[in-house]
Amino acid sequence: MRTNLEYKAEFLNPDMPDIPYTTLNLGPTHPATHGIFQNILKMDGERIVSGEQTIGYIHRAFEKIAERRPFYQITPLTDRLNYCSAPINNIGWHLTVEKLLKVSVPKRVDYMRVLVMELARVTDHLICNSILGVDTGALTGFTYVYQFREKVYEIYEEICGARLTTNMGRVGGFERDFSPKVFELTRKFLAEFPKIWRQFESLLSRNRIFMDRTMKTGPISVERALNYGFTGPNLRAAGIDYDLRVADPYCSYEDFKFDIPVGTTGDTYDRFVVRNEEIWQSLSIIEQALQKIEACEPGVYHADSDRYYLPPKQEVYRNMEALIYHFKIVMGEIEAPVGEVYKAVEGANGELGFYLISDGGRTPYRLHFRRPSFIYYQAFPEMVQGQMLSDAIVVMSSMNVIAGELDA
Amino acid sequence: MVVNHEDIISHIKDNVGDVLKVIPDDYGVLIAEVSVHQVYKLISFLFKDLNYKFNILVDLCGVHYPDRKGEELGVVYHIQSMSLRTRIRLKVFVPIEKPEVPSLTGIYAAANWMERETYDFYGILFLGHPNLVRILNMDEMIDFPMRKEFPLEDPKRRDKEDFHFGR
Repeated sequence: MRTNLEYKAEFLNPDMPDIPYTTLNLGPTHPATHGIFQNILKMDGERIVSGEQTIGYIHRAFEKIAERRPFYQITPLTDRLNYCSAPINNIGWHLTVEKLLKVSVPKRVDYMRVLVMELARVTDHLICNSILGVDTGALTGFTYVYQFREKVYEIYEEICGARLTTNMGRVGGFERDFSPKVFELTRKFLAEFPKIWRQFESLLSRNRIFMDRTMKTGPISVERALNYGFTGPNLRAAGIDYDLRVADPYCSYEDFKFDIPVGTTGDTYDRFVVRNEEIWQSLSIIEQALQKIEACEPGVYHADSDRYYLPPKQEVYRNMEALIYHFKIVMGEIEAPVGEVYKAVEGANGELGFYLISDGGRTPYRLHFRRPSFIYYQAFPEMVQGQMLSDAIVVMSSMNVIAGELDA
Repeated sequence: MVVNHEDIISHIKDNVGDVLKVIPDDYGVLIAEVSVHQVYKLISFLFKDLNYKFNILVDLCGVHYPDRKGEELGVVYHIQSMSLRTRIRLKVFVPIEKPEVPSLTGIYAAANWMERETYDFYGILFLGHPNLVRILNMDEMIDFPMRKEFPLEDPKRRDKEDFHFGR
């Protein structure tokens, strides 16, 4: 069997006379793209000569809309970026506004946020890895683990009422305290999920067919990954232990003990293994967060300030100041300082950044989302060049490109 | 975050020249304005420099200030040093009549789409970009929709006017 490089040397020689290449449109609506984006691939038989992506099919102009919306109304927009882990986006946005307003939140709020964010990370990685199984032909694992996404959505539902696009939390904390059922459901999840996930791992991670399909497909070197601005699991699979939770801790992540898994080759298998290991680390963080929340004073779920956090409803009906603040906050008059902040959180796909310029008005002057999918998806043609068509599908799946995040 | 801002500023001053116009920041980030003629030289120096190695382009975006005559359009770069875990934010302003900024695609591969996006929304031309075409909007579009004069909604609509609280 020829290696890819030998194949390239032999067949993709520019001096050779015309080779009849085929153009193949992978997408926009293709079951393997998991979203609306197109790859125009130039094929030599089953091999990919070059590729070009066309994106923007679900562009919704969030940055423009955000320039006309008060800060709290931007949270639902962030839901729709990476909709597989919406709470991370919501909390990332709240942290950005809190950084702008110089708000400090109680420790218990931090731990509650960590709990939610890690649940979101588990579901995101769960979807990515189980769908990777589906794309390589192993549907079975997916059918077993996918129900746990529903279990996590039940936890979200108990926290905020919504399941997919959560709009969870407020600037300064949460809108209400976690009910006892949240903790009950989380404990139940922690008790049931590892067993099934262990089974899923044992089905795929040492599976000969799966390893043959994923090893050495779509590799990227550390240098290229950095040059392409990779972050998150895709960068860690290439071998750099860069994680914002450790490098620039937010939400009291420094209080938690966890490891950062790294790969070596940056291929599809490494990305799979890194995500698997991150799920185990996240489960450990969730358990620690539960203990830490219990150790905190109960009933604290938001920063105590009238300036940006809505007063309780009973107060609004009886008390004039509360009514005034309620009105001001709902109308977006929260007296934001003039300034600019960049706040990034470790999203499930990598560094999810919010660059916010405020001119002191009720809306952002400029808001830019640094979307990890958008940045690392550029590398896709380079990663699949010289490989087979079926490899391209697996690589795309393992990169976890989410169309909502890609197009904003 | 461990690196002193003064060190970076003096290091740049020694090697590239007096190119930074530091903007004070409340949030502890080194922000500097750079002239459009020197930004490529500066960033390629920072990329190659062995002391700091700003090897990651974290973010690149445009911004529009219609009231600043002669420097209406801006490009904001966030670049990061992976080894030192420190970031700087550089800003370049150009007039709207001649919005030309050197492309960073030769330094960072990540700049390709970010610059296309910025071109798409602000009409900033990145000189030297290999494929400067629209990326998220449709190709037939003639406007640059993130500019402030571009209306968010249909300007003929009267029912959504917001005289009391709107910007």
